[in-house]
Amino acid sequence: MNRSRLVSVIIATLGVLGLLASFHTSPGTSTRSAGAAVRGTAPPAATAPPPQGSTPQPQPSGGTQSPPTTTADRRTVAGDTVPTDYGNVQVNIVVSGGRIVDVQAPQLPNDRSRSVRISNYAGPQLRQEALQAQSANINTVSGATYTSDGYAQSLQSALDRAGIKR
Amino acid sequence: MHRVEHLWGTAISVEVVDADCVATDTVDALYAWFERVDELFSTWRDDSEISRIGRGELAVADASPAVATVLALCDEVRVLSGGAFDVTFGARARLDPRPGLGPLDPSGLVKGWAVERAAAMLLDAGVRQFCINAGGDVVVRGRPPAQAAWRIGIQHPWERDKVAAVVCMVDGAVATSGGYERRDHVIDPRTGQPAHGLASVTVVGRDLAIADAYATAAFALGPDGMTWLAGRADVEAMGITDDRRVVTTPGFEQYRAA
Repeated sequence: MNRSRLVSVIIATLGVLGLLASFHTSPGTSTRSAGAAVRGTAPPAATAPPPQGSTPQPQPSGGTQSPPTTTADRRTVAGDTVPTDYGNVQVNIVVSGGRIVDVQAPQLPNDRSRSVRISNYAGPQLRQEALQAQSANINTVSGATYTSDGYAQSLQSALDRAGIKR
Repeated sequence: MHRVEHLWGTAISVEVVDADCVATDTVDALYAWFERVDELFSTWRDDSEISRIGRGELAVADASPAVATVLALCDEVRVLSGGAFDVTFGARARLDPRPGLGPLDPSGLVKGWAVERAAAMLLDAGVRQFCINAGGDVVVRGRPPAQAAWRIGIQHPWERDKVAAVVCMVDGAVATSGGYERRDHVIDPRTGQPAHGLASVTVVGRDLAIADAYATAAFALGPDGMTWLAGRADVEAMGITDDRRVVTTPGFEQYRAA
């Protein structure tokens, strides 16, 4: 890991600490609602969203929301201890599958020398919920490619039949 | 106007809302295009250009321009996906041949690409409001009758008469890859084994060729495929895991019906 990358990790980690500090003021705030607040300005569903910019910014999230990661090739890489105006900073990163999946800060200024963990540091946050079935008012169905035989039994064939009768 | 024909081993439906301005010829031309795509790209036909290229009987440079275009697009997605999308996989899978799996197999992109081209044909003919659904891959433009946006159901993997979510859009594309219809029809080219971990992946975006290929790649990647999709700037996605969880990229909610 080169120096500039390490510095950027430290800076980003300090930023995360700021976020964590703000969470402290509202105990019980779940990471999910924090994520929802970030996305609170979503446009109405009926309109296509504007083109996205670069990769969404990483957000702190609880371990339960991160996608499963394999542990086979997980390794921890220790960063240098860097003196700052506020004290020494040392950061470890956990790498798996070529990307950073965790950042730990065993050495931080003030009394925060505990491990700070954020999941999927390098990846955008994914959202999870339980699968539910719906019977909705729909125009068409997107699904895995059905065979002509499968089509005869599919929801799409019923919609198409309804359309032909119209 | 609503028409359904059986092609590509599945059903292709074309619904045109502003039917007053569409001639039957225009829709006939669409299905003629779909037939042409089958002649060029079907891995089930020995005489398709893609089969002949796969056997080394035809050079890409001598093939139809459409074939070169599709193969170039496929190669872009191969690089982007770290090999999880790979049209040359079949050439390495000779030990375990499957019907329809050719040495060169762009099936994971070509359907979406062909439907996207069909949408362009309708637009050129002055049609502004329509929906094309080719075996579950969907392109919409404009609005359906008396509605603000198209409502596209995402097939529930295990309940055939239900949907797992509803996507709303005016202009856009939705592609779904899954293992619940044609069992094991997606192989992870990196391992040669059937993909596992996800029951289905739905990709929403502006271009169906990209959505189709990304859905195929993400399905092959398994649960990591959702993280991969979250890093792509041009799409949003919803995955359903084998253990019945729904995983969405942050921007997917913008498309989701309330």
